[in-house]
Amino acid sequence: MSTEAHAAEAHAGASVGTNLVVWIGLVAITFLEVFLAYEELKPAVMLSILVVLSVVKAGMIMSWFMHLKYEKFTLVLWLVPAMIFCICMMFIFFFPEAFRLLQMRPH
Amino acid sequence: MHDVKTEAALESSWSGGKSPFAMGSKKLGMWLFIVSDTLTFSALLITYSYSRLTNPDWPRPFPIFPAIAFSTTMTVVLLASSLTMVMAVMAAQRNDRKKTVMWMVATMVGGLLFTGLHLTEWMNMIFKEHFTITGNPEGTPLFGAVFFGITGLHMTHVMIGVIYLGIVAVGYGRGKFSAEDVEVNGLYWHFVDLVWMFVFPLIYLMSVKY
Repeated sequence: MSTEAHAAEAHAGASVGTNLVVWIGLVAITFLEVFLAYEELKPAVMLSILVVLSVVKAGMIMSWFMHLKYEKFTLVLWLVPAMIFCICMMFIFFFPEAFRLLQMRPH
Repeated sequence: MHDVKTEAALESSWSGGKSPFAMGSKKLGMWLFIVSDTLTFSALLITYSYSRLTNPDWPRPFPIFPAIAFSTTMTVVLLASSLTMVMAVMAAQRNDRKKTVMWMVATMVGGLLFTGLHLTEWMNMIFKEHFTITGNPEGTPLFGAVFFGITGLHMTHVMIGVIYLGIVAVGYGRGKFSAEDVEVNGLYWHFVDLVWMFVFPLIYLMSVKY
């Protein structure tokens, strides 16, 4: 299949209205994050909340703006679990080693 | 003659001569690049998160006003440029070359504005507040390496994105590039936006000066 044909077939995609709603949602979450910055939360709590909100925003951008929602599901299955697996591996291997090094730091 | 199972296999998406993901190779290549670049930024941000939580003397150089207001403006500008890119891709799918180029130029303006604001902030931090890559007056020197490293890598992506947008806009306007090229360009631009959705809260909002 030619690339032109792919492009033509690829997406009905989201409407302008839907994209606008997604964009407003992204801006709203951004302002929610800024509002949270006013609250003097503990760094670990703040970091956890911000990561969750950022993952939600990333999901919105990938689903609608990057059209992943409208691609074949096999693509999602091919890309996303492998990516999440690699990120989990980073958490598993970075943190214990990093905390071990912290114990060795001279006081 | 093939048996029934072989016939079924030959008709499947994976038998060759077809595109299993129903997309062109350029778009698939861009998705693979995005996954690899996601892992690069993930490694940096995970390392940053560890450093942030384990250093009690982490500097907090960003007061709500003007620093956080400034970086929030940068975020909104980048988000707005993502919306104009969405409009460019939609126009390209309608084969409306004039509007596609117009929206792509609007996206470039957003990217340039973001870069300008970011450089202004960097200059302020370096020359007025004396934050460098190796030290700062407020706390652990690690902050400079993390801040300039991560935001610098992101800014490099934005600048490359602006150049990429310019090339595709000119090519598409002249009829050399297809709607798929605009869409692939859009994937890159949205990815740059997506990365900032992590950089802004983790780097800036985690270091607010109260």
